[in-house]
Amino acid sequence: MKTKQVRAKQVTTKQMRTKWERSCLIAGVALALAFGIAEPASAMHIMEGYLPPVHAVVWGALCLPFLAAGFFSIKKTVVEHRKTMLILVMMGAYAFVLSALKLPSVTGSSSHPTGTGLGAVLLGPSAMSILGLIVLLFQAILLAHGGLTTLGANTFSMAIAGPFLSWGIYRLCGKLNVSKTVSVFLATCLGDLFTYCVTAVQLALAHPAQVGGFAASLAEFLAIFAVTQIPLAIIEGLVAVVVIKGLESFAQPELTELGYIAQ
Amino acid sequence: MSTKNTVIICIVLAALIAAVPLLFIQDSEFGGADGAAEEVIGMLDPAYEAWASPVLEPPGGETESLLFCLQAALGSGIFCFGMGYFVARKKYSGTNPQQETGA
Repeated sequence: MKTKQVRAKQVTTKQMRTKWERSCLIAGVALALAFGIAEPASAMHIMEGYLPPVHAVVWGALCLPFLAAGFFSIKKTVVEHRKTMLILVMMGAYAFVLSALKLPSVTGSSSHPTGTGLGAVLLGPSAMSILGLIVLLFQAILLAHGGLTTLGANTFSMAIAGPFLSWGIYRLCGKLNVSKTVSVFLATCLGDLFTYCVTAVQLALAHPAQVGGFAASLAEFLAIFAVTQIPLAIIEGLVAVVVIKGLESFAQPELTELGYIAQ
Repeated sequence: MSTKNTVIICIVLAALIAAVPLLFIQDSEFGGADGAAEEVIGMLDPAYEAWASPVLEPPGGETESLLFCLQAALGSGIFCFGMGYFVARKKYSGTNPQQETGA
């Protein structure tokens, strides 16, 4: 747990600019470490009440520094890059749509894509933590999908872990000179899959098997979440390519400002 | 590959991947993966009881599908508004869309 927090602090600190932002961030990290007023955030796929209170609070606390970074990232977009605000709103709406689509999968279960990877590629991963949280709140409060006690864990998997992996893969592909289309596909597809792997880890930590412990539980939960998600992750990658092709054709000025298209 | 072809291939593939399980798995209701996880928790940790329940639970499948529908409709409405704005801007701004970015 502790190393994760330290890493979170490093990642977010780099993105902070002003003194005010840095002090807010440090306050967030301090709260996260103290588990003080960490609200039991909750989220998407872990069902209400299915994480023990301690886990719920710890995952919620871990999200705080990322949410603080996300808040300032969005604020910066609003103030300095007003032109790209429409893209920001569209990426939120995109996550909203995709996470409403429960698709059938090869395991005979249904699940839904996350829609947070594409936004991470275009806007950076921290902005998606806020947008993802909004989607998760909507589903937890109105739809009994996910839950308020599991909001922290779900935010961590869908709005933080997934987007950060997507962004990392996109950057890596850029370094390796992979074409933009393939990069976007890989980033969004693997980010989606990773979200559900994190969900499986979270559940396995909370519910270790009596025989075999954490590893046995993890295998069970991965079999449910990750295997179900494989075809859906591919679908998410394909849809993201369609969207990015649309934006490349009609929104070059915004993509240039975001740095997606080189100036 | 042209942009148009890429888009068409992606859409067709996505639809196929979504349809294949429906065609080949006959004896399943495609319940949610979260429901399946609840069962596994019951098996791994029989003593565990959920200690919270959802604030608002839709009374039935119809209301739930209404809310999910609303979520998708709101999202796609906003998304497509943005797309429409970009398409129209390019169409009506002459040859150089770079000049029309202040709006």
